[in-house]
Amino acid sequence: MNLLELQRRMAEDVMRPLTPDFQMQLATSNGRSTHELASSYIKPNDRLSSFDRLEIYNRQYWFRVIGAVSEDFPAVGAVLGAKKFDSMVLAYLRENPSTSFTLRNLGSKLPKWLESHPEFSPRRHALLLDVARLEWAYVEAFDGADLAPLTAADFGDLGAASPLFLQPHLQLLDLRYPVDELVLAVHRQTAPSDIMSNAVTERKQAKRTRLPAMRRSQIHLAVHRYENSVYYRRIDPEAYRLLFALQSGNLLGQALEAAFSGSSLSAEEQAAKIQECFAHAAELGWFCKPHEI
Amino acid sequence: MPANRFNGFSDYGVGIGLRVPHYDHIFAEKPVVDWFEIISENYMVDGGRALKVLDQILERYRVVQHGVSMYFGSTQPADREHLKRLKTLTRRTKTPWLSDHLCWGSVDGRYTHDLLPMPYTFEAVKATAARIREVQDFLEIPIAVENVSSYAEFHESQMTEWEFLNEVVEAADCGILLDVNNIYVSSQNHGFNPFDYVNSVPAERVAQIHIAGHSKFEKYILDTHDHPVLDSVWHLYARAIERVGPTATLLEWDDNIPSFDEVHSEALKATQYLTPTEVLIPSNSAVQESAREVVHS
Ligand SMILES: [Fe+2]
Repeated sequence: MNLLELQRRMAEDVMRPLTPDFQMQLATSNGRSTHELASSYIKPNDRLSSFDRLEIYNRQYWFRVIGAVSEDFPAVGAVLGAKKFDSMVLAYLRENPSTSFTLRNLGSKLPKWLESHPEFSPRRHALLLDVARLEWAYVEAFDGADLAPLTAADFGDLGAASPLFLQPHLQLLDLRYPVDELVLAVHRQTAPSDIMSNAVTERKQAKRTRLPAMRRSQIHLAVHRYENSVYYRRIDPEAYRLLFALQSGNLLGQALEAAFSGSSLSAEEQAAKIQECFAHAAELGWFCKPHEI
Repeated sequence: MPANRFNGFSDYGVGIGLRVPHYDHIFAEKPVVDWFEIISENYMVDGGRALKVLDQILERYRVVQHGVSMYFGSTQPADREHLKRLKTLTRRTKTPWLSDHLCWGSVDGRYTHDLLPMPYTFEAVKATAARIREVQDFLEIPIAVENVSSYAEFHESQMTEWEFLNEVVEAADCGILLDVNNIYVSSQNHGFNPFDYVNSVPAERVAQIHIAGHSKFEKYILDTHDHPVLDSVWHLYARAIERVGPTATLLEWDDNIPSFDEVHSEALKATQYLTPTEVLIPSNSAVQESAREVVHS
């Protein structure tokens, strides 16, 4: 077995899902004995078989990756409950193993993945999706880039054909439930943590939080960072459409059109809304110079 | 010995890891700490609080970068994005040297996020050393590779772990971050004498030392970094210092993290080993004496 073959063999074994009680499986999906597989490349010692030694790594892998995703989605965990949450994370990670050197990105595909997986909470699927979207937006806002904001002079030069760039940390969400309250309630209970080099011995469970009741009611949120803290700001639908159109690369004139197409607001009301939206956004530094490529 | 080309000819003493639960204490009390070790990956982000905190720390303290995801032993090519971000961070911290582990952890673009043990083969020596050289050339700062703790050994291995370490660092011409706790953990898990390991390390290449606590289970020992340093690890540390000379030393405490003062005072126990008793008695070698003074300044 050369180095590459050994690494492929071991990675496959280490990343194979555990049994429901967090042990190494006795056989692979095509029926091969994992005892035999382990013995083929790992030496036993006087206390541990090859299987036992491989199992240490197999368990550590899952505790670490489940832990990393769980830390980013504590409110999803609070809505689902620990057991369902663990099986959801496990199913997600089986299909989306890490492809990045950092654990930071491990949960990035969870909100999208969850869209086609209503089975974990059939009755509250829409709510769960909103919670997942907001929690991932928090991660992006927490450490996204913060570029030089536009100055008053820059604003003076703007016209309908101008592009207008938004801060990379700014996340815009169109949600069906007012989940900002729920997510805030859960996040207040969870401590931040870091990437470390030590072994993981257990699956740490978050404390249970009392969740506020959720009634369907559409909201639009701007999740952004201001002086190194992340804030959820509710914005009106027109402001959301305007900012979203800009974020999608539309020129200012097109974005304004998108914001008010089909709107029942009078021209004065529209002008007032635009004024208000720009004033807030500029005050919070949301508009920035083009991203360097 | 302690200031050598593998740690940028620096003279660092006892440091501790920079950890989130200690931020408030550090900023409020401004404790005297010789240096902090940071986990690079926690600061390889585009913006936000982590970088702000780091900049504040850098105003007052010396920082050394330690990584957990370079995977020198992985057969896949180095990740350019990773290297670029790391280099940007080294410019920010001005770390005199940079460490990561002598292990692998990814294959075919998939990451295990674990520090997996190497098969101790000549093929692995060659591949790993080539990768270390590549990273060292790209980052343009000295690299120190850390021995990991392990729970498995491979049939493929052709040499001992310390022979492998020696072969790799010679071939790569790089430094060593000697983790004496990892040596102890592996010695218990694999049944070798940890002093054989410490005694065989090329002393002139040791850039830094790690000490840490670990957890003993019924049949194996796990490198959990959640306890004070055990006596047996202090003994190994004493022997390492005897061979290597006073060297930048860092206590790792990553889980069940106690107060800043508790972690720092545990780390400072290392000072007694770093301050050779001969310094206290008149020495007939002025050269030796002044060399030591430089070390402890
Ligand atoms: Fe270490």
